[in-house]
Amino acid sequence: MSETRSITTATSSKRAQRLSDQQGRPGGSRGMRVLVTGILVVVAVYFLVPVYWVVIAATKSTEDLFGSNGFLLGSEFSLWSNLHEVLTYDGGIFVRWFGNSVLYAGVGALIATYLAAAGGYALAKYRFRGRNLVFGTILGGVLVPGTATALPLFLLFSQLGLANTYWSVLLPSLVSPFGLFLCRIYADATIDDSLIEAARIDGASELRIFHTVGLKILTPALVTVFLFQLVGIWNNYFLPLVMLSDSTLYPITLGLNNWRSQVDRLPEFYELTTGGALLSIIPLAIAMIVLQRFWRGGLTEGSVK
Amino acid sequence: MSALTERPARGVADDPSRSGSQRRRRTSVAAPWMLLGPFLALFVLTFILPIIVAVGSSFVRVSRKGVFGEEGVTTEFAWFSNYAQALENGNFIASIGRMLLFGVVQVTVMIALCTLLALLLESASAKWPGFFRAVYFLPYGIPGVIATILWSFLYVPGLSPIIDIAGAMGIELDFLGAGTVLWSIANIVTWTYTGYNMMIVVAQLKAIPGEVYEAAKVDGAGPFRVAASIQLPLIRPALILTTVFSIIGTLQLFAEPQVLQTVSPAIDNEYTPNLSAYTTAFAYNDYNVAAAQAVLIAVVAFALSFIFLRLTSRRAS
Repeated sequence: MSETRSITTATSSKRAQRLSDQQGRPGGSRGMRVLVTGILVVVAVYFLVPVYWVVIAATKSTEDLFGSNGFLLGSEFSLWSNLHEVLTYDGGIFVRWFGNSVLYAGVGALIATYLAAAGGYALAKYRFRGRNLVFGTILGGVLVPGTATALPLFLLFSQLGLANTYWSVLLPSLVSPFGLFLCRIYADATIDDSLIEAARIDGASELRIFHTVGLKILTPALVTVFLFQLVGIWNNYFLPLVMLSDSTLYPITLGLNNWRSQVDRLPEFYELTTGGALLSIIPLAIAMIVLQRFWRGGLTEGSVK
Repeated sequence: MSALTERPARGVADDPSRSGSQRRRRTSVAAPWMLLGPFLALFVLTFILPIIVAVGSSFVRVSRKGVFGEEGVTTEFAWFSNYAQALENGNFIASIGRMLLFGVVQVTVMIALCTLLALLLESASAKWPGFFRAVYFLPYGIPGVIATILWSFLYVPGLSPIIDIAGAMGIELDFLGAGTVLWSIANIVTWTYTGYNMMIVVAQLKAIPGEVYEAAKVDGAGPFRVAASIQLPLIRPALILTTVFSIIGTLQLFAEPQVLQTVSPAIDNEYTPNLSAYTTAFAYNDYNVAAAQAVLIAVVAFALSFIFLRLTSRRAS
């Protein structure tokens, strides 16, 4: 009983807060509300149209894809057979591509976040010779276009024998200059020197202090850096295109485009492409919707200040 | 320091060689480098070395002797001849000009749109702001290649319901012609990145303290006045940041035109600077000229970001 009451007070106080929040903000009349929400709905339709189209297209057979309106269901519902075809075609190569993308993006983002945190922490919390030079150089790296380095990186990796291996995509994904920049700013603002000093007095080694005190306080920034890097690697196309020739190493972007480029000769690739696109959108779409609140939190501290 | 010597910590006390301020000082000199080391090593491998390789090979000419290069390969310093060759290529210059036009229109539209959406979402008039924010942000999670695949199906006659519907109303649409395909690409880029930029602006808007709005209300300012005199000036840093990143992104444009190439004959192999560099490297196998092109693209991106930052900072002061 008391529990329900505390919940209702919690929600009502939340509502009260939201109300006072809104009163502080501009706008508010009824006509204004209809107009603004109307605009927001129209824009939302624009952002959802391609996604809606691919959901519908993935349920159609080839004849329906060309024979019926793209925004309406066709005469046959062949979603399951299409998806089955996507997952089993060419010995399940799609699953392999998906796994590769998860490997590149997941492992890459995890390690990149850790390295950026360690570097950003070091630059924020130690005074040492060469500190400004190192930070300036890394900051320059933020502004270097990723595709400008991909081509020379390919030449370099070819000489090292790394081209066309998992490493050729994974190694460049481990470095996030922007992530280090965010971590440095965040560490500067949040990690108190006295806390580090106290840990030193307790006899903790410098590395241990970073791993226990530093990483813990940096967590909100780390979530942002991880998400940035995850999406960045997942969406990357130019680097794997330049590096990889073996299709079993492809990430999903390269693989799907490989299928799409064959539709002119073999129309069955239409279903494979639309079904594959649908399957590849679902996990990231869910991730975006769930994680956007964390994203927002980290950005305020970092990039904008 | 005195606290340290008076209270040696556990594990340190029983090992005299490891205790004392000397060891402490040595570790604190080494510690930042140990933390930075792995990042720096990879940064050197994937940023510094490629830039050195790119600049180096852009000044070198490789010539092969014999019909198939079987009599050996000679490498010689070529001064600026690769750059001259890149700059004499009318298609490459045209592609840079095309990206400038693209950038002026697309970046302006996108920044205006993301600002408008952020202001609307943060106003009290918006219903379900959380839902709309998620929907607008969603395309950012869709890779540019897959976004282009989706839109290309909406651009291709026979497949596109948009063309069908417009055709039924007597309007003939051509998304892939020579005059329109650039703006079809602009649409894909806008679709992908508007929500992402909007999130950065929203974050900055949320950082504006409530008292500022209260004060404006007391002064009798309406919503448009608040937007123009309070919100827009305060989100300037976010807008500058997103614009600079968009300028850099525009010059890198590659995936969208490359994927659309198969459905639009108007896109040639040198449609964007990056596509041109890619073609030079992998179709003509001329890595040195491609390296010169890559350096030129980076320099133009740097210069444009720098000019933009200078212009905006001058206006502020």
